[in-house]
Amino acid sequence: MNYPDDLKYTKEHEWLRVESETTVVVGITEYAADELGDVVFVELPDAGTEVSAMGVFGEIESVKAVSELYSPISGKVVERNEELDDTPELVNDSAYGEGWMIRVELSDTSQLDGLMSAADYQEFLGTL
Amino acid sequence: MSELLTTPLHRTHVSMRARMVPFSGWDMPVQYATILEEVDTVRQRAGMFDVSHMGRLFVSGTGAGKFVSRVFSSDVTKLRRGRAKYGVTCNEEGGIIDDNIVYRLGEDRYLYVPNAGNREAVSSWLHRWAPSDGSVEIDDASDRLAMIAIQGPSARELFAKVAGDALEKIRPFRIAPVDIDGEAVLVARTGYTGEDGYEIMPSVETVVSIWNSLLKCGIAPCGLASRDLLRLEAAFLLHGNDMDTSVNPYEAGLDKFIDVDRDDYIPGEALRRIRDEGADRKLVGFEMVGRGIARHGYDITDGTNKIGEVTSGSVSFTLDKNIGLGYVPTDFSKLDTKLWIQIRRRSVEAVVRPLPFYSRRAS
Repeated sequence: MNYPDDLKYTKEHEWLRVESETTVVVGITEYAADELGDVVFVELPDAGTEVSAMGVFGEIESVKAVSELYSPISGKVVERNEELDDTPELVNDSAYGEGWMIRVELSDTSQLDGLMSAADYQEFLGTL
Repeated sequence: MSELLTTPLHRTHVSMRARMVPFSGWDMPVQYATILEEVDTVRQRAGMFDVSHMGRLFVSGTGAGKFVSRVFSSDVTKLRRGRAKYGVTCNEEGGIIDDNIVYRLGEDRYLYVPNAGNREAVSSWLHRWAPSDGSVEIDDASDRLAMIAIQGPSARELFAKVAGDALEKIRPFRIAPVDIDGEAVLVARTGYTGEDGYEIMPSVETVVSIWNSLLKCGIAPCGLASRDLLRLEAAFLLHGNDMDTSVNPYEAGLDKFIDVDRDDYIPGEALRRIRDEGADRKLVGFEMVGRGIARHGYDITDGTNKIGEVTSGSVSFTLDKNIGLGYVPTDFSKLDTKLWIQIRRRSVEAVVRPLPFYSRRAS
């Protein structure tokens, strides 16, 4: 499995990509997608919704189970990936690309400091 | 929690990197490939499942037929030798202890197959009612024999590479011993997926080598998750999910599998009364109209009030729909009735559909 170095990670298996000073993109890691198995449903918040760090921002459902999605950061959703409404399997096929979930405008950029690097995340996976 | 039980194929599953999970006290393979791939394999070609966690009880003796008919939902003495019958084992109140297939192996010899989680319950129920005059012997062979289900439209062709021409004479719902590598293995033309296929019962000593032979013939190993979805598409009930002792066969829609007008039938009196009074609730199949997947335990409502509960639900890859089973008041059980499923915070529309959701094309 692949964990790109340019992303940041959480213990809830979300990833975050910094796009600019203030906007980030959030998804789930390949590890999480593999654990869930075939993703069949993703429920994401609409643009304008406020999300908070460690708060639930949506749900992801596979044949096996339903899981909540936790936001790595606080901010406002500016876009949700509408492709996932009809093709949720993109999460399995391309966890870091077409399977992205929400684009968020950060309320405070310093909150990125608390997230894990790819190396930290893989070390964390080794403890599970 | 006590230690999980393992089947004779456990080491094979682990070494083949299957994903293992606890199921009814057993450490079982839940997935070999993805659920989608496994479902597709079984619907299009052939897959196999380790079902050794199910029970195998041989009932024999001069009183065996009469005895089995007292506990099982039909008169098995009318069953011809080498034939199988699906039905239920009910308690005296008519509650479903388990659903089973009973095979008639010989004049005075039957095979009773309970579900994994009900092995003890069925065994003790049988022992409770068995006559003590020596006319019936119950032999639990569950730990001596393993069990593999081979399922799919190509099951017959691929399994014949291992079992040979003897397979030809085993038509659906029949059972016969077949020589496999010098061992007389019981082979039944039954299953739980809605496809053609076999359930075979080799000894625990030979099951690994037979499993490996089947693999070489191109039969794909599959796990419990795809099996659960395959059986839901075919609308086969899962005891513990879709029925239990709080449910009677009329509510579960199993009317056609039970013959209650028999004097010796233990739950006969209770079931005749239930039949005459009519069931208050019924198991229905439904299809989601709105977006969302129903799951076991979710509430079914009429839009306002709770009227029942979902017992099984999933996305169906074969049908490209979201489907489920659940109990509703009889008034809500008619086809095309609108129901609402409470999916966490959302109330999502569904509609009652005919069962089964999926049936294979006649071959």
